[in-house]
Amino acid sequence: MMESLRPKGPSLAVEIAGIKMKNPVMPASGTFGYGEEYAGYLDLETLGAVVTKGLSLRPKAGNPTPRITETTSGMLNAIGLQNVGIDGFIEYKLPFLREINTPVIVNFFGNTLEEYGEVAQRLSDIPEVAGVELNISCPNVKQGGIVFGTDAACAHEVVAHVRKHLRKPLIVKLTPNVTDITVVARAVEEAGADAISCINTITGMAVDVRTRRPRLANRTGGLSGPAIRPIAVRMVHQVVQAVKVPVIGIGGIVEAADALEFLIVGATAVQVGTANFVNPTAMSTIIAGIEKFLVEEDIDDIRELIGSLEL
Amino acid sequence: MKDFKTVILSNQEISPGYYRMRILAPGFGALAKPGQFIMFRSQMSPLLRRPFGIFRIGFLPPDCEGQPPKEYLEILYKVVGRGTAIMQELHQGDRVEVLGPLGRGFDPGRPEGEKILVGGGIGLVPLYMLAEELMRSGSVRLLMGGRTRDDILAVTEFERLGVQTYVSTDDGSLGEEGFVTQALIRALEKSPDATVYACGPMPMIEAVYQICSSRGAPLQVSLEALMACGVGACLGCVVKGAGHSDETPRYLCTCKEGPVFRAEQLDWSRLGEENGYCEGCKS
Repeated sequence: MMESLRPKGPSLAVEIAGIKMKNPVMPASGTFGYGEEYAGYLDLETLGAVVTKGLSLRPKAGNPTPRITETTSGMLNAIGLQNVGIDGFIEYKLPFLREINTPVIVNFFGNTLEEYGEVAQRLSDIPEVAGVELNISCPNVKQGGIVFGTDAACAHEVVAHVRKHLRKPLIVKLTPNVTDITVVARAVEEAGADAISCINTITGMAVDVRTRRPRLANRTGGLSGPAIRPIAVRMVHQVVQAVKVPVIGIGGIVEAADALEFLIVGATAVQVGTANFVNPTAMSTIIAGIEKFLVEEDIDDIRELIGSLEL
Repeated sequence: MKDFKTVILSNQEISPGYYRMRILAPGFGALAKPGQFIMFRSQMSPLLRRPFGIFRIGFLPPDCEGQPPKEYLEILYKVVGRGTAIMQELHQGDRVEVLGPLGRGFDPGRPEGEKILVGGGIGLVPLYMLAEELMRSGSVRLLMGGRTRDDILAVTEFERLGVQTYVSTDDGSLGEEGFVTQALIRALEKSPDATVYACGPMPMIEAVYQICSSRGAPLQVSLEALMACGVGACLGCVVKGAGHSDETPRYLCTCKEGPVFRAEQLDWSRLGEENGYCEGCKS
């Protein structure tokens, strides 16, 4: 339908794990609320998908403040995954999302293997959920707090467990805080991931030199924004070569050219995060910029661009 | 709420370390309510926008005859960090991006009784438009405090509205020596049915809360917080709401559910623990 409305322009449509998207641009989880927060600024139906704030089984309070601080070309955050919990999501957030004609991807996490499975089970029953994105950058409280996503075996275990309970397309979001991201990427692919998104934030720290205290109450936080983009492009490039499933590129995308970098190294789609905070209309501008680029480069279909890196 | 690119009309130091920036903002007056704020960014800015309370909205005569008057908004800011240090270097004609008006502003409250505004330093900013609105229906008093005379801003502009003003400074360099809260205690003794509206540094806000709650005076406070988005998405600017606990989290977004809160909405026992401050929008 969309193609027939715009017969002359290039096709921006992509498909990830069976989820059909009008274009490859979607928000990164946690930077776009539940969609509603930005509905007054841009038409959510122009996005490839909406990715919602990370959800857990029960509501989560999050960290004490200060939770954010700006750093050079980026920001550190330690929000602590504050969220309404799955019941709150269904009751308060889903009714709005139900009305928009854009795939809804629900990001979620758990503190234990069992919690991950239970949320996956619950999300499977919601018809409006087009797919899920699994955040494995959380500590496993039952195993001494090891972060699931930093250990290939743990990552494999949690993805396999979720796969068993989930009847939806499964995107697994990888943390960059590892020695070799390709090892974890291969592990989650083998465990049943339909797609991989990367990267999550890079752990960082900032200090107020006057008070000599950390700038975040949590001491450390996740670095995002343009500062991390070259690292993200490198990691996406590595992951694309290591796995067969589609990859969604994330990390410091502010303008169309940034998104194009990820697509050229082989990402099938991209997520825009911190830029949404700076410019609520950032994704609209990026989508228009990608389309303009395709026209200029005489490319009819964005899929010709994906993975076209010259080496 | 709007997301618009515009230009600076003027940017002047009004007191040592304090600036007044006037920004072209067509149609803004019809949108903005007292106590709301904008997210501001210039081409020179670091990555994130900065929140600033809207001080006032006004009109300039048009450049040539027959055109409508030019509507502008004003912010007052204190140079406290990198973002505001860059802002003080901006000039007339520089391009800026404004998102707003944002947040929940002041509720005018019940019509009867005196209205007492309490401002600490740059915390006076969101009180001006409130004074404009409240002056239409009754008598308004402004109690303004600061460390020194340099921190006392724009008081004559309130006086021009007909607001009765009172000034105190910690060092006695202007007005009475001492804290503005002393004046609040006296004012509430004279007008026990008054409604209080306050904005300023957190110790002042907490002292105002103690005074008002012990006397049963309705209080609204405008808070500040570090925030990335201004629209309720980043959850960076939360404060603990009444009844908050780890088991039943009741966080309120300063940007969306505030920045103005009724005193009873907040968890005052924990408010002092919050130490997130934005760069000079209030204090």
